[in-house]
Amino acid sequence: MIKGYAGKFLEVDLGRDSFKNVVLDDDWLRDYIGGRGLAAKILCDRLIDKWDEIDPLGAENILLFLSGPFTGYFPGGRMCISGKSPQSNGMVGSTVGGEFGVELRCAGYDGIILTGRAKKPVYLFIKDADVEIRDAGAIWGKDVKQTNTLLNKECRKLLTERYPNVGAWKEPAQLYIGPAGENKVRTAIVSAKWTHAAGYGGYGGVMGSKNLKAVAIKGTGPLPEAADLEKIKQMISEVCEKSYENVLWRRWGTGGGGYAFGAKTSSEPVRNWQEEWHNEKSYGVDQFENKVWIKQAWSDFGCPTNCLKIALVKSGKFKGAITDNPDYELEAFLGPNLGIFTPEENVFLASLVDDLGLCGIQTGSVMGFAAELYQEEILSKKDLDGIELKWGNTEAFAKLAKMIAKREGIGDLLAEGTYRAATILGKTKGKDLLKYAVQSKGIAIGAHGIRSGRDFSTDIGYACSVQCGDHTSITDLPITGYGSEIWKILNDSAIMCNFNTFNIDEEFKFQFYQAITGLHLNRKTWTLGGGMKTLQIQRSLLLLGGPDIKWNPKTDDDNPSRFYEPLPSGPYKGQTADRIEIREKIKKYYEEAGWDQNGIPRTETLRSLNLEKVDSAVAKLRIRPIASNR
Amino acid sequence: MKTLLEIREPIWIARDLSKCSGCRKCEIACSLSHENKVWPEASRVRVFMIVPGADFPHLCAQCEDYPCVKACPLKALSINKKTSAVAVDNLKCTGCGKCIEICPGKVPHIHPSTKKILICDLCDGDPQCVKVCQEGGWGVLKKVARRDHAYSLYARTPEEQTRNLATKLYGEKAEEFL
Repeated sequence: MIKGYAGKFLEVDLGRDSFKNVVLDDDWLRDYIGGRGLAAKILCDRLIDKWDEIDPLGAENILLFLSGPFTGYFPGGRMCISGKSPQSNGMVGSTVGGEFGVELRCAGYDGIILTGRAKKPVYLFIKDADVEIRDAGAIWGKDVKQTNTLLNKECRKLLTERYPNVGAWKEPAQLYIGPAGENKVRTAIVSAKWTHAAGYGGYGGVMGSKNLKAVAIKGTGPLPEAADLEKIKQMISEVCEKSYENVLWRRWGTGGGGYAFGAKTSSEPVRNWQEEWHNEKSYGVDQFENKVWIKQAWSDFGCPTNCLKIALVKSGKFKGAITDNPDYELEAFLGPNLGIFTPEENVFLASLVDDLGLCGIQTGSVMGFAAELYQEEILSKKDLDGIELKWGNTEAFAKLAKMIAKREGIGDLLAEGTYRAATILGKTKGKDLLKYAVQSKGIAIGAHGIRSGRDFSTDIGYACSVQCGDHTSITDLPITGYGSEIWKILNDSAIMCNFNTFNIDEEFKFQFYQAITGLHLNRKTWTLGGGMKTLQIQRSLLLLGGPDIKWNPKTDDDNPSRFYEPLPSGPYKGQTADRIEIREKIKKYYEEAGWDQNGIPRTETLRSLNLEKVDSAVAKLRIRPIASNR
Repeated sequence: MKTLLEIREPIWIARDLSKCSGCRKCEIACSLSHENKVWPEASRVRVFMIVPGADFPHLCAQCEDYPCVKACPLKALSINKKTSAVAVDNLKCTGCGKCIEICPGKVPHIHPSTKKILICDLCDGDPQCVKVCQEGGWGVLKKVARRDHAYSLYARTPEEQTRNLATKLYGEKAEEFL
């Protein structure tokens, strides 16, 4: 057994009400490490032959809760959630912060593999080796904060009754869904700690489709033993010391972005990306800090950065709304993207989408899309069930968010996410509405535009990413370079919080890996091994897609058309993405990735990585040109 | 004036709970120091988060009257004269839990593996939890000289502590989460 791993996975068949321990081959762990990489391997092994027939929201999908060997050791506890994505129809490694991954490893598991569909709403209660599938009737339908409260009460009671006389039980860590996940909304999240989310991918809907409301876990053992603890201790101190130097980052987290990415870098979505610049000083980080932040430092396991802040609106119409920061993504998508520029309104909307279990990015995107259609008089007030969806009308957006979570009226269409809503509505309206959909292959683009060229996003970063619009998995040329997605795969597989890796390089990460596992990893072995394999599997699954959508790289490996419109305002007015240059770069990216001119991984590429099974599965894509959805 | 590091007399860990970020570095430091492992449930200081945001470290308050020491039927607990910490004699402790019962804060807990009681030993005067908390600038835990204060005030149950902190943060709204 490799050091640093618990050595087993818990596999739960929800349909049969049964569970067992599963041991995965050491070679899998050696190659794919954990988290996102291992998710790709597990899904490929079990589902690739019939991938395009699998409904992501059906019983045959597999939902994975995976840790990585860094979870609990590397500062800032994180884990990864995956499965077939109901957004991209490929696979997304969606990471989420919190203590769940630590409890999981302390309970003796590296991950949980969930298959089938429970007959009625259930939740999983795990205490070390004791696993129970419990009735979730009493919490089904509850919002995220209520779920957290009820689960905590019930599970602490269970712990106290079943394992008495050991002292006060700490709460177990939990992952759960809100009403949006229960209703299989494609923009639903898996939530933790009220405000934390595995957002990208839409795994809240997958969890809901399995009738699984929550998983609560308490592990009483130590973290799996590492190969060189002394070295780890020293490296943890180094990460922390470097993080402590980032004074303003620690103080503001990403909360400074709501103003800065608009005013300074012109890369923030404003009114559904019609603009990317604003200079609304009402939206400054000082306004958040002085008006709504009631706790300046909140963090997850072992984190030196505490980028999280807790916000509470204390007076006025939105009194009582609670969320964290909001972080920049939610600041942008539930703020300027909807024409909203005050902390109070932003906190109110963020708190609401938290409670509903909706992704702030995907939901903010689809609501902005709808609002632009209202502005363009393509959607009428009647189409919107009487909602006056004007920019800045916070209460109208709140009403719409609730309808999305409940799939009521127009909300049922918007619950399909930006891409699907645009194609479905486009057909009824007889118009191409995709030009208003700022997304890439089913996933709305994170709040980092490319037109100004001033943000960390790159011009082919979304178009070529195997996680599509995911701003945490942007890619770039060269394919093995530090801007490439391959390095995001490393962070998501070993599992490091990106925000604690700013001042450390890849060599440091390899040393950390060695200190935990005792195994060697270097630039070459990662970029030509596990990193590249994961990339190729994810790409293949994305192109296999189905059953409702199949992507055509020729048209779909691209930026949303909005990014080719010139910026209409701000210091970068007139700037736009260069279509010709981007086509050339994409061509080059295909070559470097070992994909053919149609963007499909070549036989030689896959076979040289020992991915024969993947090669057989994608063979059909090479024979038949991929059908376009348009 | 003596610097904190020079304090050799009995000490106390002063605590400012509402500043806690919930980073649990104290748990990591404590378990690394005592168990040579990262082991949250074997840590003598445990961070509770019954209500998100109302995170706080739960650790021995070294009450002036040491009810736990008096309650131990096997005399496994004693007071360390040098530091004022409660010392556990693992050879005598049977994990009976009498000290948990009497503790007004329900602070002690049983080691998940050895089944002996876990109580903060103040790291023999150099508490590791304080070090990491100070290092990160959170200042929740601070080493001070032990004087004649009402230390037992800090021996409150996790539920009571949670209620206090959640109310301080969220006001009346806290009732919904308790």
